[in-house]
Amino acid sequence: MPLPKVDAVIIGAGAAGPIVAKELAFVGWRVVLLEKGRWYTPADCRKDDLRNQRNPTLGYPFGPEEEGNPRVIVELNGRERVVKPSEPGYNNNAFCVGGGTLSYGAMAWRFHPNDFRMRSTYASKVPRAFENSTLEDWPIGYEDLEPYYEKAEWEIGVSGDVSGDPFKGPRRRPLPMPPLPPTREHEILEKGARRLGLHPFFIPMLRNSVPYHGRPACMRCRWCVGFACEVDAKNGTQNTVLPMALATGNLELRTECSAKEILVDDHGRATGVAYFDREGRLWEQPARYIVVSCGAIESARLLLNSRSRLFPQGLGNRFDWVGRNLQGHTYTGANGLFEEIVYDDLGPGASIAVCDYVHGNPGLAGGAMLANEFIRLPYQFVSGIRDPDVPRWGRAHKEFVRRAYRRIIPVQGPTQEIPVFESRVTLDPKIRDRFGIPVARLSGYRHPHTIEVSEYMAERAAEWLRASGAVKVWLRRAGRGLSAGQHQAGTCRMGRDPKTSVVDPWCRIHDVDNVYVVDASVHVTNGAYNPVLTIMAIAYRAGDHLAREGRRA
Amino acid sequence: MIPSSQIGGGSLKRRTFLASSAAAAAAGCGRKPAAAPGYRFLTPEEADTLGAWVDTLIPPDEDPGAREAGVVHYIDIQLTRWFRKHQSDYRAALSAIDRWSWSRRGRAFALLPLAEREELLVQMEKGKAPRDLFPDGGRAAFDLVLAHAMQGFYGNPRHGGNRGYASWKMIGVPPMPVRGREHYSAAETFPERS
Repeated sequence: MPLPKVDAVIIGAGAAGPIVAKELAFVGWRVVLLEKGRWYTPADCRKDDLRNQRNPTLGYPFGPEEEGNPRVIVELNGRERVVKPSEPGYNNNAFCVGGGTLSYGAMAWRFHPNDFRMRSTYASKVPRAFENSTLEDWPIGYEDLEPYYEKAEWEIGVSGDVSGDPFKGPRRRPLPMPPLPPTREHEILEKGARRLGLHPFFIPMLRNSVPYHGRPACMRCRWCVGFACEVDAKNGTQNTVLPMALATGNLELRTECSAKEILVDDHGRATGVAYFDREGRLWEQPARYIVVSCGAIESARLLLNSRSRLFPQGLGNRFDWVGRNLQGHTYTGANGLFEEIVYDDLGPGASIAVCDYVHGNPGLAGGAMLANEFIRLPYQFVSGIRDPDVPRWGRAHKEFVRRAYRRIIPVQGPTQEIPVFESRVTLDPKIRDRFGIPVARLSGYRHPHTIEVSEYMAERAAEWLRASGAVKVWLRRAGRGLSAGQHQAGTCRMGRDPKTSVVDPWCRIHDVDNVYVVDASVHVTNGAYNPVLTIMAIAYRAGDHLAREGRRA
Repeated sequence: MIPSSQIGGGSLKRRTFLASSAAAAAAGCGRKPAAAPGYRFLTPEEADTLGAWVDTLIPPDEDPGAREAGVVHYIDIQLTRWFRKHQSDYRAALSAIDRWSWSRRGRAFALLPLAEREELLVQMEKGKAPRDLFPDGGRAAFDLVLAHAMQGFYGNPRHGGNRGYASWKMIGVPPMPVRGREHYSAAETFPERS
């Protein structure tokens, strides 16, 4: 059933969609924002160690629903599994208003200038990173995003102090909020870093360290990453740009609405979006512009499901690039056991970082930012941080947990991945979701050079911990299987050549004038940092461009 | 069925009786065995066996063990909810380990001393339990119960385990803060332990 036509319909209210919605609503566009999940509030914070976005032992609180949303994962040995959201291999982020930004750890990194030019930086120095890979430069650079990084930092709200990072790109303004006071871990690791000649500093975070924009400061509890903030001190799109956009009266947010396909006419222009509401009724929302912001897996799935006479392989997929180059981050690091108590029960825990190993590692393409881990929850500690020399159970295990819980510091970092053409999202030929829409099928592997860099990063983390006084250190290594997860990216690559990319430098699909993809799908490479601030900056830039260049009804 | 002459102690006689009648009811009418009082799924005998099992994984010492901390209740509750798909795995594994204990030690698993329970679980962890009782040598059942025991012991009390914040007290982290408080003091809630 067709609805009144609007200027723009945006699909997905995650890290990017509400930013584009706000930019358009502020210049008077009539905008509809569709979100598959629900709108949660701080009152929905349950502080449940076994049911959160980081540990779905008893399910995900912020989506997707366990039933009716399967995916198919193809493992390295070729075995296929149909997986529910809480099962390994699903590569979930979140399905809700705010997306991952409702419950994330909220590190607010700008990418390094060289993260946008991996080919130029490494083509001659590290040729093996280019074998069987699609490692490439972005068509835009750090300088193109710089004003939008700043806008995200000030409008959504970032605390921290990056003045001690000599490797960062140039910036015009400092961060709007100071860092939270250092934790015991921070102080211990800072001494170790200085001993090694590294350059430690306070991690930038999308979290209030002081009251900001009408919401309070962080109360420093340990239910942070994976949880909605109980006092609303964590800044996501759901408590910043979205209320601003709604306040204009120009935006309508429709929750629990699942897009089925983008509709295209016989002239190759998109006319709107077909979607199911919560009762399963099918609607058509006509619009002059369509913005796809569902995250790297679901955005690719929606484009592939949007088949028409002119685009039988799916929208934007004329050269078979939609869904390709699926990537995330390869996290490796080390855990260090200390003689003294290092744990002071202060959230969010993650506090100190070094960027000395982001680029310039001998013989390697790229690297990672290294930081101390977010504050651990007891079950997470037991299931993930055990000393491999300690038994998994029994008296010795209990004794280890009792003694070591407050004496261990984990350090880790997101190794920048080398993109692989065969790591991809396709449509499963058989499995469908609760609305009968073909589901995402994930297949592929990590590039060998990604593993090589990640091993190097684990050694650097161990070195940092030893220099900080750890009496025993053990490494956290990575597997070779497909990577996507909460940092999923790359499936609708940004580029100038329609034959080797999906969207242009303004995030517009090459083949169709009025369809944009705005989320981490467009990342050519995913940086050596948590990607959310870059997603936000790209959304501000795309929204700004569309607001100026787009034609309203 | 367990001959009551082989078991000492009044309370156990009662449990044996309940288990026997439950088993008889199940055999006679093809109905599901009745859950123990205070439980949703586990029979009295199963709850005893599982209690001994999780107390082997996380034994009591100066701090509570898994059973005292409510881990059996955690698993029992979840077997009617999130772990519903594991109902038959539990029923089979608890029966199998008990039969193994009877044939090898002449006693119910729940009555074995810690060292003998450990010995059986070590075999299961290695996949070396008798194949007629555990088709895979016991590894899958062992890993399942281990994961659930750790969740119940170290997770939130809201799910029935970690009773009285037993594990959080053990490691020295405070319980959940009260909304509206600036922060909470670990030193006041739990004295610093070294």
